[in-house]
Amino acid sequence: MKQKINHTCFYALVFVVVFLSLLPYLWFLNTSLKTPIEITAIPPKLFPSGSLEFYISAIKEYNLMHFVKNSTIVASLTTVITIFISICAGYALARLRIRYKGFIMGSLLLVSMFPQISIAGPVWRIMQSLGWLNTYQGVIFPYVTLTLPLGVWILASFFKELPEELEDAARVDGCSHFQALFKIIVPLSAPGVFTATILVFIYAWNEFFFALLILTEKKYQTLPVGIALFQGQYEIPWGEIAAASTVATIPLVLLVFFFQKKIIRGLSAGAIKG
Amino acid sequence: MSVIVKNLTKSFNGKKVIDNISFEVSEGEFCILLGPSGCGKTTILRLIAGLERQDSGEIFIDGKEVSNLSPGERDIAMVFQSYALYPHMNVYENMAFPLRVRKLSEQEIDKKVRETARLLNIEELLKRKPKELSGGQRQRVAIGRAIIRNPKLFLFDEPLSNLDAKLRILMRVEIARLHQKLRTTTIYVTHDQVEAMTLGQKIILLNEGVIQQIGTPEEVYNEPANLFVASFIGTPPINLLEGIIEADTGGIYFKSGDIVINLESLESLREYAGKEVTAGIRPESLVPGQGPFSGIIEHIEYIGAEKILYIIPAGKSPSNRVDILGPKITIRTTSTFQGGRGESICFSVDTSRIHFFYKGLRII
Repeated sequence: MKQKINHTCFYALVFVVVFLSLLPYLWFLNTSLKTPIEITAIPPKLFPSGSLEFYISAIKEYNLMHFVKNSTIVASLTTVITIFISICAGYALARLRIRYKGFIMGSLLLVSMFPQISIAGPVWRIMQSLGWLNTYQGVIFPYVTLTLPLGVWILASFFKELPEELEDAARVDGCSHFQALFKIIVPLSAPGVFTATILVFIYAWNEFFFALLILTEKKYQTLPVGIALFQGQYEIPWGEIAAASTVATIPLVLLVFFFQKKIIRGLSAGAIKG
Repeated sequence: MSVIVKNLTKSFNGKKVIDNISFEVSEGEFCILLGPSGCGKTTILRLIAGLERQDSGEIFIDGKEVSNLSPGERDIAMVFQSYALYPHMNVYENMAFPLRVRKLSEQEIDKKVRETARLLNIEELLKRKPKELSGGQRQRVAIGRAIIRNPKLFLFDEPLSNLDAKLRILMRVEIARLHQKLRTTTIYVTHDQVEAMTLGQKIILLNEGVIQQIGTPEEVYNEPANLFVASFIGTPPINLLEGIIEADTGGIYFKSGDIVINLESLESLREYAGKEVTAGIRPESLVPGQGPFSGIIEHIEYIGAEKILYIIPAGKSPSNRVDILGPKITIRTTSTFQGGRGESICFSVDTSRIHFFYKGLRII
């Protein structure tokens, strides 16, 4: 009996926590499916009529897909570049005999500790002098820099866990260091690689501050900036903002669902000795 | 393909692990690097494989200096202690991997993998992942991955130490059979002297980064170069007695405490008269029954075909009998030996089979 009560309490608590975390998302999902009249109705309507009016308007009037395209380009390139550099750097820091490894790892961590606002000025100046304001590389470059510590730390710790003999075996089998890394070490560190990929992608996809600062032309603006600027001088298009926010969240939800499977598969495949 | 190692030296963090080592392994030979853990044997193997770079010295494989070549360019294959199978590939892919790296055609790869699998009797395992295999099966796959591309040289790094005792004996026989069939030059690292004695044509015995003796299994057992070799080789270990050679007109004697051994046939020992030497007597060179020596059986180990007797030698002073860490003598005898713990026993020694060491080195 006591166990049953414990069980019920546990699940009730889990439900409350999950519900509270999802509440904002559910709220704007709900809003996005209402009609303009439903949004301002008093008393508010709990269940929307399921209208797609705002989605159509967000795409047609506010050019939503343009921002989706920009965000996809920026987030994907950031992820690919960061993960590639992190793999190489993580491997070097995990395996090669390098002096001052602890110092290097420590300074990487330090870089990620600066508040964004404190480096905003210098970053803007650098981008300006490079002529990279209002370009994709103008945000990709700072994003890579800011996400690298995370990637390197995750991957270095994964690579360290793998037995060195696997790499030795690959080298004797005829691989170069580089081949051994990409044919043996990286596939075996799949969970780490996927975790880093998800985190970096989410960061780059959601980043607002630098994007707002560097991308002032609509042509290059990413989703968060685009959505924030939906707001006109005289009106706040709540419905379209909600619809755009829903669209902005979908790729991340899909990404996590898709990679979750990979992470579990990667974990079971990583069993070295049984 | 022969292997020549010349003046090899290697240090890690300022500590010399390999100290000026030279040896040769001739074509088709099965050579064992034997020694206690930490003696540098695995380091030598890794230097030959190219997984480490030596501080100085040269390595020739098939007459060619390979020090500047990467492991892949040396045309060698290595079997690791932990098998080092690639966990994300099935058995087929594991064995195909070295061929794929060398860009062989799919057809050739398939043919070779199946041939090798047949040779090692692992055909039905080809689709399995390493984690679905038993220790013995993994070992076979690891050997398969090594032999599949007909390398010039096989390197084995304690390949059997993760297997249970029974499987170890089976795999030992199999490795010997495989070597007889393939005749590939092999260097095999182990700390297990039984493996070394049964597999090796040549044994290189190492201690603290220095070669102690190079010889056939018979040579290292019957003519140990020094005290280390004598005490390292042989189970149960050799009996070592410290004493003095005494010579007079009547004959030559070895005296150790109350034990006196008459060495009339060993005239060459006369020059060591008055000097401190160590006598090494293998447990099987002592014969219980009649004889000038006596003692008390402290313990008997029954090992099926034979018995090992642990004897406290009889002495005048009674303290000898209770001294647990004092000199003890081990005798290997047949399982038919009758006698129990605490009983006294007489035994004789085959003087022609005693080894004498002066300052650690063998004199006879």
